[in-house]
Amino acid sequence: MGASDFSNLPHIGESVRRKEDYRFLTGAGQYTDDITMQAQSYAVFVRSPHAHAIIKSIDISAASAMPGVVRIFIGKDLEGKMGGLPCGWLINNPDGTPMNEPPHPVLALGKVRHVGDQLAMVIADTLEQAKNAAEAVQVDYDVLPAVVDVRDAATGPQLHDAAPNNKCYKWVLGDKGNVDAAFANAHHVTKLDLINNRLVPNAMEPRVAIGNYSRATEEYVLYVSNQNPHVERLLMTAFVLGLPEHKVRVIAPDVGGGFGSKIYLYAEDVALTWAAKEVNRSIKWTCERSESFLTDAHGRDHVSHAEMAMDKDGKFLGMRVHTHANLGAYLSTFSTAVPTILYATLLAGQYTCPQIYVEVDSWFTNTAPVDAYRGAGRPEATYLLERLVSRCGWEMGLSQDEIRKRNFINSWPYQTPVALQYDTGDYLGCMVKAQDMADVAGFPGRKAASAAKGLLRGIGYSSYIEACGIAPSNIAGALGARAGLFECGEIRVHPTGSVTVFTGSHSHGQGHETTFAQVVAARLGVAVDAVDVVHGDTGRVPFGMGTYGSRSISVGGAAIMKALDKIETKAKKIAAHLMESSDADVEFANGEFTVKGTDKKVTFGQVALTAYVPHNYPLDKLEPGLNETAFYDPTNFTFPAGTYICEVEIDPATGVTRVEKFTAVDDFGTIINPMIVEGQVHGGLVQGIGQALMENCVYDRETGQLLTGSFMDYAMPRADDFPEFKIGNICTPCTHNPLGTKGCGEAGAIGSPPAVINAVLDALHGLGVKEFDMPATPHRVWEAIQAAKA
Amino acid sequence: MQVHLKVNERALTVDVPPHTLLVQVLREHLHMTGTHVGCDTAQCGACTVIKDGHAVKSCNILAAQADGAEITTIEGLAAPDGTMHPMQAAFKDCHGLQCGFCTPGMVLSAIDLCKKHPNASAEEVRTHLEGNLCRCTGYQNIVKAVQQGAAAMASA
Repeated sequence: MGASDFSNLPHIGESVRRKEDYRFLTGAGQYTDDITMQAQSYAVFVRSPHAHAIIKSIDISAASAMPGVVRIFIGKDLEGKMGGLPCGWLINNPDGTPMNEPPHPVLALGKVRHVGDQLAMVIADTLEQAKNAAEAVQVDYDVLPAVVDVRDAATGPQLHDAAPNNKCYKWVLGDKGNVDAAFANAHHVTKLDLINNRLVPNAMEPRVAIGNYSRATEEYVLYVSNQNPHVERLLMTAFVLGLPEHKVRVIAPDVGGGFGSKIYLYAEDVALTWAAKEVNRSIKWTCERSESFLTDAHGRDHVSHAEMAMDKDGKFLGMRVHTHANLGAYLSTFSTAVPTILYATLLAGQYTCPQIYVEVDSWFTNTAPVDAYRGAGRPEATYLLERLVSRCGWEMGLSQDEIRKRNFINSWPYQTPVALQYDTGDYLGCMVKAQDMADVAGFPGRKAASAAKGLLRGIGYSSYIEACGIAPSNIAGALGARAGLFECGEIRVHPTGSVTVFTGSHSHGQGHETTFAQVVAARLGVAVDAVDVVHGDTGRVPFGMGTYGSRSISVGGAAIMKALDKIETKAKKIAAHLMESSDADVEFANGEFTVKGTDKKVTFGQVALTAYVPHNYPLDKLEPGLNETAFYDPTNFTFPAGTYICEVEIDPATGVTRVEKFTAVDDFGTIINPMIVEGQVHGGLVQGIGQALMENCVYDRETGQLLTGSFMDYAMPRADDFPEFKIGNICTPCTHNPLGTKGCGEAGAIGSPPAVINAVLDALHGLGVKEFDMPATPHRVWEAIQAAKA
Repeated sequence: MQVHLKVNERALTVDVPPHTLLVQVLREHLHMTGTHVGCDTAQCGACTVIKDGHAVKSCNILAAQADGAEITTIEGLAAPDGTMHPMQAAFKDCHGLQCGFCTPGMVLSAIDLCKKHPNASAEEVRTHLEGNLCRCTGYQNIVKAVQQGAAAMASA
């Protein structure tokens, strides 16, 4: 079935209220910490208080003798029993040599490399006993100087023997010679230095894991707050513990948000799984928020320089970019792909820039590992490009919309100079609609009204593009991916016509239980309530790659569509038999099978029953049952895009900056549940505007201590920080998946930061402020104003 | 020590160490896991319950301080036949939740607000919810839900 037929089916485009909500609203959700195993023990991890230190000794004797202590493990207890944590993406240097990939031990060996680095696991009968014993573990450190800022990495103290000068890799994309030639012919070159601030993902449910082992079945079960249980199992069994996969089950039940931070295989997950057999107990570990600040993979942390060459009309001729990426102390699971494959390939944006050259240097520092966080590389690319484009306009005397319009891509498919081929889009359409919804025509009046109150008002544009549903597997593999990027779906039709869907996508707030049920209900002509969606359990779902990169509907949904094709094909054969016609004459629509040109019909329910009670059935030609599985590996990325327009009002006396209006127009292709999609945009916007206005992860540059280690120091966006957003859509369906969908989970976080900062700069232009890095806190804005005055 | 509580209209006594928090009594002793813990600094509001008619953060109050109190948790809101409280229904109808983790605290805070300010404006709702963090929804649909829930409570 093609995308245009699909989008016309019942329930598609309908804001069906969520099937999962009743349990969440009545306290019946089951998050990992809500699970209590019989005779469960508790684990607490002893963590480094230093950013960088040699472990001279660890004395567990006093702690081991404390009440309730079951066992204490340190790094050397694990040596030879398991490998280190793997990195899932190999990046090569320009000379073809592989990146430096230093060991990432499950419990630190010899050295600790960031505050929070885990070096012992204490297991006790109660949580309180485990905490008390952890306090009694004596560690003698030889404290070393630390490096935290990516600009200091090359000359700072060395973290790993296997990474000279703290370098992980250099990576380049594009033709430098062609770009240099474009710059040589430029009428004007616009230059920009900028910092993409480090963020802490802060899903509201901290990480939790429970390790279990059964001597009776020799099976391990790990309950874990995770976004991709099959990937977790694959990494843990094949790369770290060397266990057979059929003896390891990973269950990610209700998960309280992820935003990327729960993709990864963390040390605690491995340690708990392994130790459950060693101590023959179930062991629960619940991360405290302050621990989560120190140990969850962080996001962003780039320092970049960018230049754009233009002709006399402001047409882009070439762009060059250099980025330093901070990877933290160790390589988290997909960390290396973020500042390369997921970043540099997006730097063409929505524009016809014929030549682009990107260099990326990635470094180790004494900070928590950095990995994909909502958007993953694409927000960094969008922030750089959209800041640069607005500045190009200002330097050329063109408005922010005019510089964009002069350079928009306006025919598809479009091959960019940075490896991607955009299949479809309508970039001008999105901008025009956004301008209309944002009442841009009324901006001068609003600016004057603000000025009358002594306030500065600015408007900022951002026209983003992202690449979702990373694929195909063979090309990703050639680019260094160490995993496949397909998805799996199974459709189990029950004898009475109700349906259970098993999907490898994982829902941790996205509402798959509803959206995927709509897809299946639409195709089979059954009620949405007759379809249940199962996810998050390697013991129930055949296989899966999980949820990240806004891939679930476009990849996971497409796998379900493929399985539905198989269901439909088989069901038609059963129906043909019942109606005594040929398979080719049977048509299926609205839950009924009919024979062309006759009034014969049978319902989907009759066919389902016949499949399982095959008394009148072509048993010689067809197996009983109606249960199909499909794997889908996309042929290309999908490319959501849109234009965001932000208006800020700044009090120059205090620097207080308020977002007064925010308009987002996105092209997500086909939309299955508009209510859910809009909710995804809202959430993304608050994370993106949060980055631009308040969120900032700060380590002390000398000591490597985390200065923003709690919700009291790290500014989380709150309800009263935002106006009501205006959300609109344009639809150009994706051309290469059967739904026409593009993905919507990350757009808000990708598109919004540059819109906010461009608005801040627009407001402050009159005062002479030209440079500004996120976040636009009152203090930083006030400082920028004072510096411009001086 | 013994602590006497009335939780969701059920009188009970728990025997807990004196430093036990109210949220620990609910989650660990009574196995009522609808009340969540999202931080360790009383900032996130996921653990909000109603104590003697007022919303409180149950991570920030000792069980001993709640001795003799009437507590309502998220498990106690729906009618005996399972019908959701008007505020719960409004959260569902307005898509005021995504991952659901902050939701119990949000709903109880919202009920507290609506009892005190049944006609709160969107801006007042935003100010009142300042003590409840949500990382998923961007708050817009929560504000909508609280206003719709308030109207439904008023007409119930």
